[in-house]
Amino acid sequence: MRASRSLIEWFFFLSAALCGLLTLALFLLMFWFGLPLLGEGQTLQLFQGRWNPSQGQYSIYPMLVGSLSIALLAMLFSLPLSLGTSFLITTLAPKRLAGLLLDTIRLMSGIPTVIYGLVAVFLLVPIMRESLAKGNGMCILTAAMVLAILIAPTMIIFFVNALRSIPIHFILAADALGASRVDRLIHILLPQAWPGILTGILMGLGRALGDTMISLMLAGNALAMPQSVTDSARTLTAHIGLVIADDFESLEFRSIFACGMVLYIFTTIGAALARFLNQRLPTGS
Amino acid sequence: MKPGLEKTLISLCWLSGFVLLGAVIILVGYLAYRGIPTLNRHLLFGDTPPLDAMLMKQQVFDGLFPAIVGTLALLAIAIIIAVPIGVAAGIYMAEYGRGPVKKLFSLLFDILAAIPSIVIGLCGLTVILILHNRFEGRFAPCLILSALSLAFLVMPYLIRTTQMALESVPPAIRLTAPALGSSKLQNILLVLLPSCLPEITGGIILATGRCAEDTAVIMLTGAVTSAGIPRSFLDQYEALPFYIYYISAQYSGPAELASGFGAALILLVICGLLFTLSFWLRRRLTTSLLYR
Repeated sequence: MRASRSLIEWFFFLSAALCGLLTLALFLLMFWFGLPLLGEGQTLQLFQGRWNPSQGQYSIYPMLVGSLSIALLAMLFSLPLSLGTSFLITTLAPKRLAGLLLDTIRLMSGIPTVIYGLVAVFLLVPIMRESLAKGNGMCILTAAMVLAILIAPTMIIFFVNALRSIPIHFILAADALGASRVDRLIHILLPQAWPGILTGILMGLGRALGDTMISLMLAGNALAMPQSVTDSARTLTAHIGLVIADDFESLEFRSIFACGMVLYIFTTIGAALARFLNQRLPTGS
Repeated sequence: MKPGLEKTLISLCWLSGFVLLGAVIILVGYLAYRGIPTLNRHLLFGDTPPLDAMLMKQQVFDGLFPAIVGTLALLAIAIIIAVPIGVAAGIYMAEYGRGPVKKLFSLLFDILAAIPSIVIGLCGLTVILILHNRFEGRFAPCLILSALSLAFLVMPYLIRTTQMALESVPPAIRLTAPALGSSKLQNILLVLLPSCLPEITGGIILATGRCAEDTAVIMLTGAVTSAGIPRSFLDQYEALPFYIYYISAQYSGPAELASGFGAALILLVICGLLFTLSFWLRRRLTTSLLYR
């Protein structure tokens, strides 16, 4: 009895340790394979300049710009949308409607990404093609619009949790002083809930940066440096997705590990920041 | 605050709610409009008799049956691998982990939860390429590789749900068995785990849903457009999400496109059911950490 008991408890620990170690191993793996790109004074070249294999240039800078512009633009669309909706759910809408809205939004977060992509290819892309009058409708703007819808549920759920975890006596005090619902929102709820709201934004940004299918299907995947939001662009994630693994040793193949490393580093910073913010939350939400 | 400004703000909030709701309605409506007419026997089995296809007497060449079987096989293998490890790690985090070790693991799992799925796919691909080069072509992207990568991808969901479910067990239940003389392990296995079984099941179902929808991992680790039903763990396979992606990028005609929408509708129904069930089971856990 004694022996089997400690065996099971060892299994608990080893499982946790395995998951933790694999997470670290992931980074080491990418570092190891991305190393040839980093050596020989190529580090700088990797992050500036252009993608031009015929001249031996394998810079992932255009993809970095593509990723960041799509993610930030999506955030620009999605943040007001998500804030507005979470205010609607927490204060403005009648209770039943608010519940219905929240349930719908939860369900939204369960819709497969590839389905958003499929519908957008046949609904949004033709509209964009008509209205932009250049390119084939697949561009940064198209991807960002769909991504905005995709990341909204993640953010709204965090926002709603943050807004709801505010102690009731703050709200009652404000009401007693004659504050309107919008006063209450701006002067009580927002300042109190900011760590939760920032966490939500971080999570949304993380999802936007980490998403592969939307940008792969809707951003056009051009390798040139994007000049405007109506240009086609390739993201770091799409660049990995488009790899053709025939030549293991080529610098072209190695460049995807640089993409992976950049994404991993963004992820780690995001997770650490979210953790720091979470510790400042009033309740453990 | 000026009443005009306040009115504007309130209407903007309503507008944003309706924009999101409208987007979902358009999405689901369009999918239903394009997908429902395609739902028939031919969509699944093509020209093969369904019974022969299901008994694997004949391969299906122009239907979704292999893709559905591929997806189900993938889900089953990934979950069988992921659940014991994920739940065990969750138990460790809730009941045994203390101090800096727990903090470190917790941070690592947060990072793991946030790693883009394509990066995990890339690592799966790299591992198999290393094996391929070392053992002269005996290994290639395949079903078991995808399942392992997916299991790793959904591990944080399992760990976090288990941990939170255990941590939210009320002290009255938590302390009874030890007070009667049970050991810590007996308490965990016989009291705590059974008492939060619905939440843990909910976490497992959520993880299943995430496996079912993920496209980025499987496109790098072995999903292909035509492979038939996989005969072994080392076979390539077809999967619904990859098929949808492939169709949207390069469909060859209206018939193929229609089957793409049919596949999307089937996948949406599968994921919707899994997600709703999971949410219903986990409704006691009011945490935002599960919605990453």
